[in-house]
Amino acid sequence: MRFLNKLLTREPASKDIAKKRLQLVLVHDRQPLSPGLMQTMKNDIILAISKYVEVDGENAQLTISQSTGHHRIVADIPVQSPRRRA
Amino acid sequence: MPARVITITSGKGGVGKTTGVANLGVALALEGQRVIVLDADIGLRNLDVIMGLENRIVYDVVDVVEGNCRLQQALIRDKRLPELHLLAAAQTRDKTAVSPDQMASLSNDLRSECDFVLIDSPAGIERGFQNAIAGADEAIIITTPEVAAVRDADRIVGLIEAAEKGPATLVINRIKPDMVKRGDMLATEDVIEILAIDLLGIVPEDDNIIVSANKGIPIALDGQSGAGRAFRNIAQRILGQEVPFMAIAAEAGLLGRMRRLVGRW
Repeated sequence: MRFLNKLLTREPASKDIAKKRLQLVLVHDRQPLSPGLMQTMKNDIILAISKYVEVDGENAQLTISQSTGHHRIVADIPVQSPRRRA
Repeated sequence: MPARVITITSGKGGVGKTTGVANLGVALALEGQRVIVLDADIGLRNLDVIMGLENRIVYDVVDVVEGNCRLQQALIRDKRLPELHLLAAAQTRDKTAVSPDQMASLSNDLRSECDFVLIDSPAGIERGFQNAIAGADEAIIITTPEVAAVRDADRIVGLIEAAEKGPATLVINRIKPDMVKRGDMLATEDVIEILAIDLLGIVPEDDNIIVSANKGIPIALDGQSGAGRAFRNIAQRILGQEVPFMAIAAEAGLLGRMRRLVGRW
């Protein structure tokens, strides 16, 4: 049956397109911060951490993940080398 | 039992909030409940015309809040159902005429007058919406199976949770069975999967809604029409009864896909 369906269907039903588009747009809508503010916050965090250790800002990543209604900020910031204390 | 204050909201305009409030008010009253429907859409009032009560309004919600009249003077009794009353929105003022705190206190005052307060929220997420949910115990989100309406509904789900009025329940309005069968309209399961909230009811698209709005006679008074029965079912679910969902649209199967294929030629 599913095989026959596939044979007969050339393009996805428009409701499936709608569903995919909605799921994608809602991933963005559900973010509490805009991409611009995320970038600013990332820069600020790198700046703060740089006071203590030298970090690789180029490869730093800041993401907000969502699970069971709670948002979590995850920072992945590579450290280059510990800075010597004065 | 203490009265329940329920706000009906949607984010997007034009999906059927006002029609929903009028009909759920009627359907609950038909179940023997004492109901007050409150139009919180100050400046763009419409619940009065949908219910056919526009000629009876003397005082409105702003008059009550400002103390220009007693609460009872502003409650307009429905023509058909003596246990159903309307508290109309002001037409010549705007959303800032009342505050969320005032709406919360008004909602509490209304509790002693009835079993259910149904609040008709304006579209949007600003002051009017904040006013509408301030006094609510629960919220019902109305949407249609369209991308813009579902997207806005998702935003409202979050705002209702943030306001600690959640979890909201969902009514999907204006479902077109033929389009769902063809795969050209989001099915109920799709919308539920996306929004991840509990389904309270589904309402089919029904031309009689327009006729009933023309006449000012809510369709729930007509137990024969599809939409009328759908609203009665929802009212019974609100009262805790187990009512099966209407069989509006069958699964899009092979037949639907073949029809789509043929339709292209």
